[in-house]
Amino acid sequence: MTNKQSATAGTTESSDIMITLKPNQQGIQVELESNVKKQFGEHITALITDILQRLAITNVKVEAVDKGALDCTIKARTIAAAYRLRGESDYEWEAINSWND
Amino acid sequence: MGINQVNRDIPTKYADQYGVYDGEFTNVKPFEAATKHVQPVKPNETKLLASIHDAIVKTGLKDGMTISFHHHFREGDFVMNMVLDEIAKMGIKDLSIAPSSIANVHAPLIDHIKNGVVTNITSSGLRDKVGAAISSGIMANPVVIRSHGGRARAIASGDIHIDVAFLGAPSADAYGNINGTKGKATCGSLGYAMVDAKYADQVVAVTDTLVPYPNTPISIPQTDVDYVVQVDAIGDPDGIAKGATRFTKNPKELLIAEYAAKVITASSYFKNGFSFQTGSGGAALAVSRFMRQAMIDQDVKASFALGGITNAMVELQKEGLVDKLIDVQDFDHPSAVSLADNPDHYEIDANMYASPLSKGAVINQLDVAILSALEVDTDFNVNVITGSDGVLRGASGGHSDTSAACKMSMVVAPIVRGRIPTIVDEVTTVVTPGASVDVIVTELGIAINPNRPDLIKMFKSLKVPQFTIEELRDKAYAITGVPAKIHYGDQVVALIEYRDGHLIDVVKNV
Amino acid sequence: MERLRRTMMFVPGANPAMLRDAVLYGADAIMFDLEDAVSLKEKDTARVLVYSALKTFDYSSVETVVRVNALSAGGRQDIEAMVLGGINVVRLPKTETAQDIVDVDEVITAVEKKYGIPVGTTNMMAAIESAEGVLNAREIAKASPRMIGIALGAEDYVTSQKTKRYADGAELSFARNYILHSARAAGIAAIDTVYSDVDNEAGLRRETELIKQLGFDGKSVINPRQIPVINGIYAPTVEEVQKAREVMAGIREAEAKGSGVIAVDGQMVDKPIVERAERVLALAKATNMEVD
Repeated sequence: MTNKQSATAGTTESSDIMITLKPNQQGIQVELESNVKKQFGEHITALITDILQRLAITNVKVEAVDKGALDCTIKARTIAAAYRLRGESDYEWEAINSWND
Repeated sequence: MGINQVNRDIPTKYADQYGVYDGEFTNVKPFEAATKHVQPVKPNETKLLASIHDAIVKTGLKDGMTISFHHHFREGDFVMNMVLDEIAKMGIKDLSIAPSSIANVHAPLIDHIKNGVVTNITSSGLRDKVGAAISSGIMANPVVIRSHGGRARAIASGDIHIDVAFLGAPSADAYGNINGTKGKATCGSLGYAMVDAKYADQVVAVTDTLVPYPNTPISIPQTDVDYVVQVDAIGDPDGIAKGATRFTKNPKELLIAEYAAKVITASSYFKNGFSFQTGSGGAALAVSRFMRQAMIDQDVKASFALGGITNAMVELQKEGLVDKLIDVQDFDHPSAVSLADNPDHYEIDANMYASPLSKGAVINQLDVAILSALEVDTDFNVNVITGSDGVLRGASGGHSDTSAACKMSMVVAPIVRGRIPTIVDEVTTVVTPGASVDVIVTELGIAINPNRPDLIKMFKSLKVPQFTIEELRDKAYAITGVPAKIHYGDQVVALIEYRDGHLIDVVKNV
Repeated sequence: MERLRRTMMFVPGANPAMLRDAVLYGADAIMFDLEDAVSLKEKDTARVLVYSALKTFDYSSVETVVRVNALSAGGRQDIEAMVLGGINVVRLPKTETAQDIVDVDEVITAVEKKYGIPVGTTNMMAAIESAEGVLNAREIAKASPRMIGIALGAEDYVTSQKTKRYADGAELSFARNYILHSARAAGIAAIDTVYSDVDNEAGLRRETELIKQLGFDGKSVINPRQIPVINGIYAPTVEEVQKAREVMAGIREAEAKGSGVIAVDGQMVDKPIVERAERVLALAKATNMEVD
């Protein structure tokens, strides 16, 4: 495992979200920019935090630029960014798949 | 008073002043039409002035007066900014402005509000920057949002008394005969401006194309015009036609349009002599393309199309599928050209288009209207004025007018936009009451208002998926999740008038 | 009754909005593309995005297909994620030999076993895009019991043949016929190539009429607007539907009487006629025609 300084996944196209992960001293800190922040901001922040915790990423700063992404997209982009940050390409699919239950 | 018939809480202060919405036609009652002050023009007097500055001086415009503009130049309008800049320079304050609508291009208005030049606004719509600024609470007095028919009513009844109307004129002669079909920046119909010209105390025609007397055709006559000012440019032709009318290739919009066309052609209204109106959104426009094929296949011709005219309607008329175009506004250049060239393409004013207090508006003769929406709720109430974040960014337009008057009103909208659900429990702001809205058309299928059992029966075997409005809402929420409630402040930033002048909703700061 | 595969719509695997909307447009199958539509550096993000979409959206009204990368280029990870996501069909691009199919079959089997999915749940299809592939089509079609279809990918194929696409399709004549024969001999579907000039409806119409006449099950499509055109051409006429209903009614009547020989309008009805009638009724139903 070779941890990188930062990693990004996703785009700023409509219905997508761009997740950038950077080192953080302590804890998970999410900075969210979104056109639905008033309606879904808390939910999106909690979702990103939850995914990162499941992937055992505990100290990270998240810059999320949201263009109206749905939960499944936010989840996928967060997972991809996390694996990129860890420098790993083989996903633990069994674990990821168990989150759906 | 407080809670109105669509369950909206109207603060007492405004409820007392305006009354609250209590039914579509409850307040359509006899009234005395407004009068105006007339300064006659004698032989040998001239109306031509050198500048907007001179016109402001000549009209005697002073603090506290009401001035108006039209929005036929849409995103290409130069007139309102030009006039307000000059007024600000001259130190006049505390004006009420009554444009027929406000576009993105009018963002400089924000400074005039902050500097106290403009202290009251009535308009059909408020777009991005101006809407956001108003929503943030920069005005002490709330903006009054009026539909196109409601504005005509308010002017005709004296609720709006215009001291000076500054009307952009694509062409004018020096004696004030105006049309919108000739000149450098043609906009076609001047339907909204015609009402201002008829009722304002003073009218200033602002033109960049001064033509020899007499300028014909005459949309606004010399008998309604006090002064004529020539300027370099009144508008940008590209901005006039902006955004509205390219035929969509978006498959989702096409699917919605196809469903809408199926509803229309399966209805009992679809027969020789029927009439329709479409909005300018992608899906609404595409409906006419799908209807065209059914009209050819079944040999059905329309007696008239109303609007909001676009090239799509002009083409239908050229093909002989529509007898006449009745035109209060044009959304693109080909429509303006058609108005100039085609005797069966007829210009009307906003009063005749949609006023609830006229002696019968054209919408009263309309069979089918296809309209768009930002949100629709499970009571079929429609929001076209605020985003789901509560911020003012749309326009009332003719939505509540046509919905109330036509025989079958249809709202076409995608079930979600990005993560924003369109079908919701409760719309952010009510503009059109559910009582007026008959069929909702989405890409997943349609919902028919239960208050139209005749339509439910009519469409029983229609090959379009049918749902209750609650089912459509559930489908929308299943995709997006349930949005959190918006937290508003205590300040009322906009009053939403129903077309009869009573309040259907208010918008608070956010 | 086998599935209809008139239209198989490509959906780029990297595009969240299209993953959400793909199911709307009436395609019989949607094909998530992890291969050419996804740039090399986004293979990882597209894979997890399509997986997440499969787990979220209701695709039950269509057959889901995924175009995976070659096994040497991320295909193994693609297959693991997609099989776990519950994909119906894995489509292998640029198939050259039967061994290519056997190799992919083994990977799928391993994934199914790993996750306790009954072996054989996931179907396969092969895209044939070269001279070598065409000539091996017969073996490819029979290379695995998972195989449900073979498809022609014409863009690469015509280039390898030192030609290009022409309006009359003569350059594809051999490939189409050979692939079709291979598919029919193996009892699986034959899917024609995409028609890439999206705005040319007349051209799409011509090409679809040709491949329908040859006997193809359907076409791959790259834009939702092509779907009603193709489905429309595959729609039977009212007369065909009427005839098919009579055939099926005749069969039911004969069965009720216990009679072995069936005649409709004085004509003997044999097995091929019954099969054609069943297919006509299935197509009619899919195009919303009244069949009962």
